[in-house]
Amino acid sequence: MNRLEILKTYKLYINGKFPRSESGRYYTPEGADGKALGNICQSSRKDLRESVRAARSALGTWAPRAAFNRSQILYRIGEMLEGRRAQFETELKRQGSSAASASKEVENAIDLAVYYAGWCDKYQQVFSAVNPVSTSHFNFSVYEPVGVVAAIAPEQSALAGLLGTILPIIAGGNTCITLASNSKPLSAITLAEVLATSDLPGGVVNILTGDRKELLPVFATHMDINALVASDLSTTRVAELKQASTHNLKRIVIHQSDLSKQEDPYVILKTQEIKTTWHPIETSIAGGGKY
Amino acid sequence: MKKNTNWEYAPAPEAAKIAKIAKRYDHFINGKWTPSQSGKTFRTINPATGRKLSEVADGNDADVDAAVKAARAAYEGLWGKMSGRERGKYIYRIARLMQERAREFSIIETLDGGKPIRESRDIDVPLAANHFFYTAGWADKLEYAFPNRNPSALGVAGQIIPWNFPLLMAAWKIAPALATGNTVVLKPAETTPLTALKLAEIIADSGLPEGVVNIVTGAGTTGAAIVNHPDVNKVAFTGSTSVGKFIQQTIANTDKRVTLELGGKAANIILEDAAIDQAVEGIVNGIYFNQGHVCCAGSRLFIQESVYEEVIWKLKSRMRTLVVGDPLDKNTDIGAINSKEQLKTIQKYIQLGQEQGGDMYQPTCKLPSAGNWCPPTLFTHVTQSSVIAQEEIFGPVLAAQSFRTVPEVISKANNTPYGLSAGVWCDKGARLFQLTTQLDAGVVWGNTFNQFDPASPFGGFKESGFGREGGLHGLAAYLEM
Repeated sequence: MNRLEILKTYKLYINGKFPRSESGRYYTPEGADGKALGNICQSSRKDLRESVRAARSALGTWAPRAAFNRSQILYRIGEMLEGRRAQFETELKRQGSSAASASKEVENAIDLAVYYAGWCDKYQQVFSAVNPVSTSHFNFSVYEPVGVVAAIAPEQSALAGLLGTILPIIAGGNTCITLASNSKPLSAITLAEVLATSDLPGGVVNILTGDRKELLPVFATHMDINALVASDLSTTRVAELKQASTHNLKRIVIHQSDLSKQEDPYVILKTQEIKTTWHPIETSIAGGGKY
Repeated sequence: MKKNTNWEYAPAPEAAKIAKIAKRYDHFINGKWTPSQSGKTFRTINPATGRKLSEVADGNDADVDAAVKAARAAYEGLWGKMSGRERGKYIYRIARLMQERAREFSIIETLDGGKPIRESRDIDVPLAANHFFYTAGWADKLEYAFPNRNPSALGVAGQIIPWNFPLLMAAWKIAPALATGNTVVLKPAETTPLTALKLAEIIADSGLPEGVVNIVTGAGTTGAAIVNHPDVNKVAFTGSTSVGKFIQQTIANTDKRVTLELGGKAANIILEDAAIDQAVEGIVNGIYFNQGHVCCAGSRLFIQESVYEEVIWKLKSRMRTLVVGDPLDKNTDIGAINSKEQLKTIQKYIQLGQEQGGDMYQPTCKLPSAGNWCPPTLFTHVTQSSVIAQEEIFGPVLAAQSFRTVPEVISKANNTPYGLSAGVWCDKGARLFQLTTQLDAGVVWGNTFNQFDPASPFGGFKESGFGREGGLHGLAAYLEM
């Protein structure tokens, strides 16, 4: 007799663990072949709040880490992705990609991880500044992570688009809660398994699956989310989000371009604050050296 | 009951067995191990025992020519056309392979160069691997480092490195050259060629296209052959100021680009409000790190008069606890002097220091019978004009002077042809920045010393050379813009 295949249970990824939705709800998206992709968790607002708590607490270990260490961990994500190519390709195909485009999307995803790994300890060097103020001060402006970020993944590019959304956020020291593609959720949950084995601390990336319409307002109004990043929303939806997020002046970042294709350090800056420090420099009449 | 009052450290040697050293090493040219065309070799010695570790090929003009030809072909071929992204991936591989074999590299570095295993294990090797890792990420981001310039590679880089940080200097040279798309002919120092040759093994394992990195071993004449080779586009040299000046003279009538990282005579300045215990640690680290074989060593100590006695007293007492001996022992603070020749140089300076009126202090320590050793040495009552306060000794010899005011110490500290580094110990930030602003040095450490990071550029003012290595600025040395 043929051996019976073991099927994977797709769950959420919160605080480094893989729970089901507390609500017990599920939905069953169909693949390109009309077959069910699986019973996918339909996250509730409570799952979302739990994720925000995890992300806030992880910020305390992720943001202060050496940029170089973040760089190594993002690179490790690339290494883990490379080792799981076949699995990601299979899932992308189940979600409707052709073999060629699935293979290309996985390569794209790996290269994104390596690309943003490099930026972790470089965007600060390129974009921060020492400011030549006229008083005797050492004055410098550096970037700091904005904090906890909601990342709404693109609906179509289930793997590369998702990584293109998440990586610039965490490269800059933020933590995030991401809402996976609703119709193509498998790649996101398998990505969670990659993240869980890449030395990325639990809670830095939390992955929810479910209904955008239900969860977007909850993201927008949550007072402990500092920024919201999304890419393929309608103008009306964006306006709603901006309105709903005014309570805590959440930064709303709407990307116009396809983030899976976008290798761009300016994307990192979208979820950064700028901090300027003034430090006095004592002066004395008699100088040394050259003057 | 009789109490045991013997608090000496028990021996804690690192197991040297895991280091694989071949009986003989050839040049690494065009991806192949290639013997010298002359057939000549030289011995590389363990300076802690005087025993031979391996035989290494002695490169001549013909070997260098073969290496440059291979580098040129690789540059004109695959490497020159490769995208930054793919170049970066090779460099990441080298970083990872080095991390995987880190302990083996540390042991060989210590065997071949004499530095304490604690330093090679915790500093040299991880920094070298991190340097590759950091720099790898720049390969596809150069347009952001130098906006509006469309930077491109120079071609073949000839690189000559010293014996004090053999692997780290190889990393500082090779990583930026590769990230910017150049190919390389590198010559390690004749007393410490082994880790560069082990690096060649890693480079071969990484699948880097043949000829992109070539390693030719030998002494000064081999280096001269690299500098003089007409098809080398860029010379990068780390070593003494006299050789650096000679190189500059040699290539003055060519289009070759050059960066020089030369000697130093760093001032380490202790102000009266400094945290004295921390400052004493900083003084020790500044001068006795790597036996003082450090171009940026804090070899001139300036102490504010009000705390002079206290600092000297604490420093001497700290010096008595330094463990001098077997570099492979994990407790060792000061290892073997790199070569007999260098030991003689250091001893000559110690002699001169005494003759010129300095008070010498050396703690009593048991030195091993074989090998090259020098105890940590402190001179007090040193004058500005004395030779040990002016010339680079490149050994564990510290010359202490006192000062009263900040302008005084700035002018004293800057009164040297060198300008590589400086250290300031001070509790008051505003004063510290006054000093960092006015000291003529390429790197100034505040309340720390001998701190290095791949992201931080390193290099000197004045006769300590020009060009920077590391960080964003270090890439410029290998780019046409």
